[in-house]
Amino acid sequence: MTNEVLLDFNNVTMQFGGVTALSEVSVKIFRGEILGLIGPNGAGKTTCFNVMTGVYQPTQGTVMFNGSDITKLKRYEITQSGIARTFQNIRLFSEMTAVENVMVGADARKTSSIPASLLRTKRQRTEEKESYDRSMELLALMGIADRASDAARNLPYGYQRRLEIARALATEPELLCLDEPAAGFNPAEKQELNELILKIRDQGYTVLLIEHDMNVVMKISDRVTVLDFGRKIAEGLPQEVRENPDVIAAYLGVPDDAA
Amino acid sequence: MPDWLIVRTFWDLTVTGLALGSIYALVALGYTLVYGVLRLINFAHSEIFMVGTFSALIASTQFLNIPLLEDGNYPYRAGGTLVLFLVFILFAAMFISGVGAVALERIAYRPLRGNGDAFGAIALAFLTAFVLGLIFVNETKANLIIACVGTAPISYSYIRFFKKGKKAPRLAFLISAIGASTAIAEAVGIWGPNRREQYQTPRILEKKVLFKALGTDVRVDYVIVIVGALLMLTALTLFVNKTKLGRGVRAVAQDAETARILGVNVDLIIVVTFALGGVMAGGAAMLFTLVYDQSRFNIGFILGVKSFTAAVLGGIGNLKGALLGGFMLGLVENYGSALFGGQWKDVIAFVVLLVVLMVRPTGILGESLGRARV
Amino acid sequence: MSQLLILWKRFYSLFAGVQAHWKSMSRVQRLSGYALAVLALYLAPWWPKIPGIGWLVNTPGTQFSTVLNDQVIIFVLVALGLNVVVGLAGLLDLGYVGFYAVGAYVVGVLTSQHASLPWIVALPIAVLVSMLVGVILGTPTLRLRGDYLAIVTLGFGEIIRISAKNLDWLGASRGISDIGKPPSIGPLKFGVIDPKPYYWLGLTLVFLVVFCLYRLEESRVGRAWTAIREDEDAAELMGVNTFKFKLWAFAIGAAVGGLAGAHYAGKVGFISPDNFPLQLSILFLAAVVLGGSGNMPGAILGGIMVAWLPERFRNFTDKRVLVFGIALVLVMVFRPEGLLPRRVRTKTAMRTSSDGKEVAQ
Ligand SMILES: Nc1ncnc2c1ncn2[C@@H]1O[C@H](COP(=O)(O)OP(=O)(O)O)[C@@H](O)[C@H]1O
Ligand SMILES: [Mg+2]
Repeated sequence: MTNEVLLDFNNVTMQFGGVTALSEVSVKIFRGEILGLIGPNGAGKTTCFNVMTGVYQPTQGTVMFNGSDITKLKRYEITQSGIARTFQNIRLFSEMTAVENVMVGADARKTSSIPASLLRTKRQRTEEKESYDRSMELLALMGIADRASDAARNLPYGYQRRLEIARALATEPELLCLDEPAAGFNPAEKQELNELILKIRDQGYTVLLIEHDMNVVMKISDRVTVLDFGRKIAEGLPQEVRENPDVIAAYLGVPDDAA
Repeated sequence: MPDWLIVRTFWDLTVTGLALGSIYALVALGYTLVYGVLRLINFAHSEIFMVGTFSALIASTQFLNIPLLEDGNYPYRAGGTLVLFLVFILFAAMFISGVGAVALERIAYRPLRGNGDAFGAIALAFLTAFVLGLIFVNETKANLIIACVGTAPISYSYIRFFKKGKKAPRLAFLISAIGASTAIAEAVGIWGPNRREQYQTPRILEKKVLFKALGTDVRVDYVIVIVGALLMLTALTLFVNKTKLGRGVRAVAQDAETARILGVNVDLIIVVTFALGGVMAGGAAMLFTLVYDQSRFNIGFILGVKSFTAAVLGGIGNLKGALLGGFMLGLVENYGSALFGGQWKDVIAFVVLLVVLMVRPTGILGESLGRARV
Repeated sequence: MSQLLILWKRFYSLFAGVQAHWKSMSRVQRLSGYALAVLALYLAPWWPKIPGIGWLVNTPGTQFSTVLNDQVIIFVLVALGLNVVVGLAGLLDLGYVGFYAVGAYVVGVLTSQHASLPWIVALPIAVLVSMLVGVILGTPTLRLRGDYLAIVTLGFGEIIRISAKNLDWLGASRGISDIGKPPSIGPLKFGVIDPKPYYWLGLTLVFLVVFCLYRLEESRVGRAWTAIREDEDAAELMGVNTFKFKLWAFAIGAAVGGLAGAHYAGKVGFISPDNFPLQLSILFLAAVVLGGSGNMPGAILGGIMVAWLPERFRNFTDKRVLVFGIALVLVMVFRPEGLLPRRVRTKTAMRTSSDGKEVAQ
């Protein structure tokens, strides 16, 4: 972890009609860290992701990435500039094979389009091979390479979750945003995933992690940010946050349904 | 052209446009309801409308013994008889169209939802046997006998197939709808009362001028159509908003899965939706024959396209949107024809649709029965 | 029907067996297999003459090679093009006949109505113009979602037809006649009597289109299209420039449609707005979905079926359309993904779990 700010989520407010999903939230993510984003259900965590990745235009505030404003960029441009994400509700390309799913992500860094594909230029073939090799590599990293050529919808749940991460990684992000990647996992699987996330971080990625399970977050995050009712109520080292009375209140007030 | 004439034409066009728009609106309701609940363009809805016009014809000629045309004398009725007859014809059309819509859902859509039942299996088996029989002999009586004989064994295997409960992709629903639409229209074209020819419906309502407004003669049939459409829409809105079944319709439109979990009988709601759409189409059909005195086996297609356009224009899935879209389309077509010539009518309609969607991608009033997903 | 289904399954396993055998053959064997198949296709006009099985394919009432070109080739080309738009990219286009008409009319205008270019020169122009029209239509409309796009494209098809019908410049309802024919090459004479040369030309075009589309499908482009079809939002968030690729899909589909139209115009020599009714769009779509949307062999099969079956069964001409409608319903009920669904290659167990949802959220 360095002191270089990778992503600056600056005073963001997000309203849907009358509902204020985020109000004046500011979060800084430093290069190389794992930042845990926690909060009760409906706190606005996923909405944070949606604003960062351009799904929603914030009502107010800006998102700076690597020093440039990405608030107005198109979604795919944001991805190409280096932010990748997974989804809370798995959204794979269900009729494509696992490896093809990942290749779609890898293609984000490629340029060959219709003419090149029609002519099968040398460059296009190199790019195809690169995409394929990198994708297989990532599937292996996630430990799901054995079912690379199965349709995504036929994969077991745990595989699908990890496939989403592989697909996101394939876009070569600087910042990887994981939205409850361990949802529905048993403790052993969670443990495995934690190790994976740490491994990913050690490869130089910055990770923003939404997680419901406090134990998981506390264990692997370098810092933790807590949202409640669309407001940031705490931020700091896991230990500090754990002892913060506001956080305890927020969590006691809402039964932890994910544990 | 003197000013007063232009103005007069304008109001004329407005009245006829609203009348046409009422028909569009009523048919559009069927599209909108089904779309809201199933996210399906019920392509065969236009045929339900067409069947409604034929029901109106048969109700008048067969049940009420109204002669088609007596030596240029229209078989006008008046007073209580007239009202009674009109109401009877209206209900007949509504009933047949409603039943038709429900049957359509059972045969052409429900099996695709992985939910096929015996009724659908038997009907499909009958159709299969009929088609297979045609390969060997083309004689309606013989075909019917073959079909009846073949139905039993085939439906048995169909029911077994349905037990597997496979759910089809969305495109399959659309193609099934197109197939059903084609089949219904052709069946009426082959066996209907006037085969492939246009027919005149008997005119029992004398089309008197009811009143003059803004220099325009307002004919009684136009008034009936417009008022009728508004009344039917009001009744439908009340039903959807105030009754338990209506709440079910809205719940399923919002999120079928959640509704199912919360104990809503989704299949029943779908039947209700189709029935409502069918009844509205039947009403539209009767009103249509009232104004235009005619129908034909293939009348549904273009009218259906227009009505669907109206539904999209107003915001598909949105009941008020259907009305607004219908009126708007009727008016635009009429004004447009006057300005650019009747042959450009449809072009104008579609261009307006395009422009509206550019500005408001989910129609003027937006989707409402369902919700726009992000 | 269940018997039919069983029959189909037999056929299918036979097909799979052949496929497995195929894979085990050497390269030379395979190449000669391909060559034989291609040769057989070029010899198709004589199929009805094959003793014993010829009657199976023969079309009573119309010359077989006429059916081959005017119906089968046209429908196969169109199905291939539409398959890119609907099957691969998942964009519901109900006005595809519009592009077909544009292709035909460009050839008509350039070879007869307003100029007398040779057909062979008009052909690429027709394809380019169709493509351009695709881009012009797509640019404002491709931001619309699913069914909104469907109705807008449907309107587009009508606009093209009505314009052709009412613009004198395009021959109005008289249409355009004396359209230029492909140039004769040696013994291959493109005249009015023998349809075979047209069929051979058409078949060559089909091969060309299949070759190009195959290359696109098996590339970044094809993956982008499929991803858009599967989940447009997710695709965009994975870095796919969805608008660009949707526009490409539209343009390429339009180009192929225009090509089909140009070929058609060259063959029949006369076109009028009545050749391009809205219902034809619906028929095209039916061909794609019937065969297997998103799967090229499926789309081709669908095109062949929709074109050839009605000509084959002539003994109930009056009820052909009725039978077609019923058949569409039946196929969709029992084979909702078409006769040749996409992706035969992977395991297809676990389609739906009991509650119909694939994965809990
Ligand atoms: N598209 C939307 N329209 C309306 N409300 C939304 C939308 N997206 C999120 N919200 C609301 O914003 C709040 C935060 O949701 P979310 O970010 O999903 O919470 P979580 O912290 O559980 O991920 C919720 O109240 C939710 O209902
Ligand atoms: Mg969330």
